[in-house]
Amino acid sequence: MKNLKWRILLVASVVVLSIIFLTPTLTAKLPPWWSKFFPTDKVHLGLDLQGGMHLVLEVQADKAVESSVERKAHELKRVLRKKGVHFIKLTREGTDKIVVVLTRPNERPKFEKIVKDELPFMEIKTPELRNGKYYYQLVLKAKEAERIKKLAVSQALETIRNRIDQFGVSEPDIRPQGEDRILIQLPGIKDPQRAIDLIGKTAVLEFKLVDDTVSLDRALKGELPPGDKVYPMRTVDRVTGEVRETKIVLKDHTLLTGEYVTDARVQIDNRYNTPYVALAFSPEGARIFERITAENVKKRLAIVLDGIVYSAPVIQERISGGRASITGSFSMDEARDLAIVLRAGSLPAPVKILEERTVGPSLGYDSIRSGLRSMAIGGLLVVLFMAVYYKLSGVLADIALILNIVIIMAGLAGFKATLTLPGIAGIILTIGMAVDANVLIFERIREELRVGKTPRAAIDHGYSRATLTIVDANMTTLIAAVVLFQFGTGPIRGFAVTLSLGILASMFTAIIFTRLVYDYLLQKRRIRNISI
Amino acid sequence: MELIRPDVNIDFIGKRKLAFSFSLLLIIAGIISLVMHGGPRYGVDFSGGTLLQLKFKVPVTEKDIRNGLKDLGMKGITIQKLGGGDINEFLIRSELTETKLQTLSKKVKDAIEKKLGSGNVEVLRVEMVGPKVGKDLRQKALLAIYYSLLFIAIYISGRFEMKWGLSISLALALIAGVYVLTIMGLSMPILILGALIITLIFCWYLKLSYALAAVVALIHDVAITVGAFSITNKEVTLAGVAALLTIVGYSLNDTIIVFDRIRENLRKSRREKLDVLINKSVNQTLSRTLLTSGTTLIVVLCLFVMGGSVIHDFAFALLVGVVVGTYSSIYVASPILILYEDWVQRKRQKARASRR
Repeated sequence: MKNLKWRILLVASVVVLSIIFLTPTLTAKLPPWWSKFFPTDKVHLGLDLQGGMHLVLEVQADKAVESSVERKAHELKRVLRKKGVHFIKLTREGTDKIVVVLTRPNERPKFEKIVKDELPFMEIKTPELRNGKYYYQLVLKAKEAERIKKLAVSQALETIRNRIDQFGVSEPDIRPQGEDRILIQLPGIKDPQRAIDLIGKTAVLEFKLVDDTVSLDRALKGELPPGDKVYPMRTVDRVTGEVRETKIVLKDHTLLTGEYVTDARVQIDNRYNTPYVALAFSPEGARIFERITAENVKKRLAIVLDGIVYSAPVIQERISGGRASITGSFSMDEARDLAIVLRAGSLPAPVKILEERTVGPSLGYDSIRSGLRSMAIGGLLVVLFMAVYYKLSGVLADIALILNIVIIMAGLAGFKATLTLPGIAGIILTIGMAVDANVLIFERIREELRVGKTPRAAIDHGYSRATLTIVDANMTTLIAAVVLFQFGTGPIRGFAVTLSLGILASMFTAIIFTRLVYDYLLQKRRIRNISI
Repeated sequence: MELIRPDVNIDFIGKRKLAFSFSLLLIIAGIISLVMHGGPRYGVDFSGGTLLQLKFKVPVTEKDIRNGLKDLGMKGITIQKLGGGDINEFLIRSELTETKLQTLSKKVKDAIEKKLGSGNVEVLRVEMVGPKVGKDLRQKALLAIYYSLLFIAIYISGRFEMKWGLSISLALALIAGVYVLTIMGLSMPILILGALIITLIFCWYLKLSYALAAVVALIHDVAITVGAFSITNKEVTLAGVAALLTIVGYSLNDTIIVFDRIRENLRKSRREKLDVLINKSVNQTLSRTLLTSGTTLIVVLCLFVMGGSVIHDFAFALLVGVVVGTYSSIYVASPILILYEDWVQRKRQKARASRR
């Protein structure tokens, strides 16, 4: 008797717990006192069901190392010139090397001291002597390269997180994956291309002077003065709005970068009613900007973003106050996104898309609908079949089945797992398999009854014989499910979770719950016949 | 209600030659198809590439889409229409993986809209997997297959024979064997094949007859399902692998139940001839086998018919697996058991004869 009480308590607590975990999912409005005592997590839908984008990016961290070495090379050049060390060549080679050619042997110790002082992270390889010149190779230390790479990845992660936050996506999931990858999940995104543009833009902003002394034709033929470079320029036709790419010759030396930008906002130009991006510089940036504009009045200053010139207005007068604007006939969305990336800062290294999976909202909706519909119809057929085939015992199995589904859903909410389309398939599969345990038991009971045993003995025998078999048979599927969870990605994990939950729940409902009902009926109600 | 009478006695074991021929025929058909197609057709998950699912507001044909995409100069495109008559949905598959910021989906959409008018194309789904990720996923899937086979082999050899010591030594043999094969630099599919062969040899020599029969049945089910994928020209995707592993678990489920009954009957009567006893056991569990396979089949069929395009292939794999798994637990696993026991008997008799 006591035994029965405990079992009733166990089953009742599982049922109550399941219902508590499931309530937030079922009702839109929870009473205010609920969150004080009970969990409020809803069953979380996967991207394949609610629509959205899954991206895996690779941060090309080598490029960060490269640009760090490049900066070091520039710095070294400046210091060597200042200290009067003679060299004929000083360039970056590969990702992590600087090659310097010294012309005067007696300057070697001075040079090596400067490198040691100014560039402590560069290792000086023994120089080669060729034609009376010293060929030096400075190599970035492996540890430092590693540090730069790690920093690049974490900075990229931070920047992307900032951009997405400002873009406004509800519940984005952004996290590092492996050494140099970033996983991004954006539920419910409507314009995937725009999001990719926003996330992936390196957003390096540079100000450079236009070289009007060189004609474009000659420049394209390769007749460029030293220090000049041809850049692509984005030109928008005012009338048709068509975007074309033209070329422009710039002095390659960068006067000012986006590092000094403290704020970027979209403003509307009253004359043309077009949006533009207004920039504000930090005090230091403002001083540099004022100096540049003062020195270059009547010249054109090009605004370059990721190597593309957006506009090249003529400097009318010295500009103080640290304000500038980027025009370029943007659409409202383009201007808004540009402002976001300028505010959030540039990526320390370019990123590459390794994997993209996007599900449009309508397909996600269709998937839920058809998944639930096949679940409902399949479930109904099984329920009807069981009731017809095993009569009242079948109905009992059906109640167990419904309890089973409730436990699975509650488990999903409780473990904060994600319900995916394969996950729904897992539940559907469980519906088919959950009755398996009951069928095994019922068949066994029928056999025992046929031999002439009393209902009570038949039920005892049926359960005791079938229990081990049930555990056994479910074990192999459980092994497969657990392994799938270990190695699976996103949707497959959802499948593994629902399948494992389903197997465990079905063992509970079949072995403990239905047995309890029989025992109750036999002991308390003293029924003589089983409807099976 | 009863569909299968309790006193049913169908001669399954007697028909084993017919069943073996049938199974062999299915497996050979699958192998021929695999050879003709040059291996399984991998989906973008494994091979890398881009899959687009597009929906059109106006009726279009495959040719229209191909025309629209001509300007992009894409190579290796396959276009497949989804669903029935008035559903204007197409799957476009390309080997290209666009890693630049302009995604392929936008290019394709723009190119087609140029021909059909804007607003007529909706991108329902994009799956782009770069070569690096494809390689990772391939490795992960193979590891998943390998480990589930490993654990299941250990479980069934331990559980069926109640010789856990032996099953642990099987595990060690498997790990050592696979380690040797890895050192030889063999690829993962060959490793899995190697692991299976090691398991079979191990069971054979240590006379783990139940485990042996179960593993043979398992290989049988997987081989036929993979073959069915190849014959119907379906792609093997991550979800497909998940379905395959589920089938492995599920088909063993049936086999375990039949084998449990065989052992139970063996304990009751030691005198009965083995093939008669096994046939009796299969018949006793037949009702249960068919009922549960039936209910599983009902729901999987619902999923296959109504589950929608995304889950269709997954449901197909489950469908084939459930049917083949049920068939194999009746017609393959038990007969193999007899075959093996017969072989052991004959060997013993031979040994006895030679001793005289």
